[in-house]
Amino acid sequence: MRARKLAVEGPASAKASTRLTGTNASLAATNAFFRKKTLVLLALVIGFFVINGVSGAFVDFDFVSAVVDIPAGIAWMAAEFMPTVDSLSKLESILPALGSTILASVASSCIAAVFAFVLAVLGSRTTGIGGPTSIIVRAIASIFRNIPVVAWALVLLFSFKQSEFTGFLALFLTSFGYLTRCFLETIDEMSTGPIEALRAAGATYFQIVVQCVMPMCVTSIISWVLYMIETNIRDATLVGILTGTGIGFVFDVYYKSFRYDVAGLTLVTIVLVVIACETLSNYIRRRIM
Amino acid sequence: MADENILLDIRGLTKCYKGDAKALDDVSLNVRRGEFVTIIGASGAGKSTLLRCINRLIEPTSGSVVFDGREMTQLGKRDLRLARQRISMIFQHYNLVYRMTAIENVLHGRLGYKSTLAGALGLYSEDEKALAFKVLDQVGLADFAYKRTDQLSGGQKQRVGIARALVQEPLLMLCDEPIASLDPKSSRTVMERLRWVADELGIACLVNLHQVDFALEFSDRIVGLAKGRKVFEGTPDEVNEEVIHTVYGDVDIEGLPGDRMVPTIVQADVAGGAAGTSSTGVA
Repeated sequence: MRARKLAVEGPASAKASTRLTGTNASLAATNAFFRKKTLVLLALVIGFFVINGVSGAFVDFDFVSAVVDIPAGIAWMAAEFMPTVDSLSKLESILPALGSTILASVASSCIAAVFAFVLAVLGSRTTGIGGPTSIIVRAIASIFRNIPVVAWALVLLFSFKQSEFTGFLALFLTSFGYLTRCFLETIDEMSTGPIEALRAAGATYFQIVVQCVMPMCVTSIISWVLYMIETNIRDATLVGILTGTGIGFVFDVYYKSFRYDVAGLTLVTIVLVVIACETLSNYIRRRIM
Repeated sequence: MADENILLDIRGLTKCYKGDAKALDDVSLNVRRGEFVTIIGASGAGKSTLLRCINRLIEPTSGSVVFDGREMTQLGKRDLRLARQRISMIFQHYNLVYRMTAIENVLHGRLGYKSTLAGALGLYSEDEKALAFKVLDQVGLADFAYKRTDQLSGGQKQRVGIARALVQEPLLMLCDEPIASLDPKSSRTVMERLRWVADELGIACLVNLHQVDFALEFSDRIVGLAKGRKVFEGTPDEVNEEVIHTVYGDVDIEGLPGDRMVPTIVQADVAGGAAGTSSTGVA
């Protein structure tokens, strides 16, 4: 309030300037405040370097040798993993696996989105059905989200064996947890006015969800699902290595049989797909926002 | 008092929020069919709570609300939905679904009449669509039916809000600060529309207002609320300096004749260069 008053009266008149000189006491307080902030910042920077040094020494991390060794490592990688003309003949085994990985990512994201939306509507503070649902939904989302996808893949491998479905399920479960959380936030942040208006007009709960909540958060839902698809394509590679399916498995096989050139080609195709997917989803996002 | 003409009869309405003072304290008032009643009062006086206790967006603690011969406070879920068909509401922030077009927003007013599934899927009948176009025309927005509502101006948004209220074919319209977010010109258009609704369509209007000047100009009757209690009820002619003082306490009110104590913060702002650019609705 004080700051606003000063700003408003600043250019006004002589009256304002007498007011300003009257604030010497508060000027001293302001200086002390900023001096303290600087000291805190300085302490944080020093602390950061100390912790770095101590932990680095503990794990034998030598900054100098790391910098010296990196170029050699990169040169080796480039030489070994550089796809050759010969490796291009293996594309016909790579592309189908890549296709199934993309499909698994899209399917797991979209199906997870359906379940996540239902759960988020029921658990949100604005549209929730009350009682302990909100806490239960948040707990479920948290459990699925915080178990890493790698752990899911390994656990599910016991129950569902080495199959496409295992990989799909691992991606689905983490996506489900993550999307539930995102949708909860989206619905919570939505303005409650239109919901109130529809309630006042006698609309039922289901009508309000379909006619009001869904249109209001559809753009951010689409945006989150696109993001989830991108993430899942990246993760699918790792999951594939563990569950023996998709592009991850292809990479693993060539890597372990010392065909580094084909493994390199596999990586290139994955990177290209992820970039294409990002570009596409950015385009869609721009169009719908 | 068993008057056929009385549409809404509120008696001893009280609302206590947990731990707080009473938001509404023993308020009684009635509204006749087609009557335009304005409720004035400072922020936090309980105006919004009063309106929302009528259609039970807020559950009253005690008291009775009789609307069109039915006791609202006793209704079960299904009957409440039926009763809400004939009570429509418009809001300060319009409360439209902005991603949808004007006509879709207007048709939302019909949801109370429809089965859950038909309403959710937006399967409106020919008659309902025709009615929706008619009311959009009545509020002067026939050309904007297919326009998305986030592209409309504030005044137009509020008129879509009125159209959504009218499509319910209501007996009573509850208006919660309908012009508080609008400029003076749009405010006047909206108030004239509401007055027209009461005069021509015979729909009673119960309106919360901040602007005393508009209340004086448009109302049949004015009710003053202060700290949850009814402190005044009468025609616009009966509102004077003393009434305003009772309703608002020692603050400055725009639009009333005569000189009053002007709060210091207002003086400071004017001295800072804002003089002459005031956009508030001074009559």
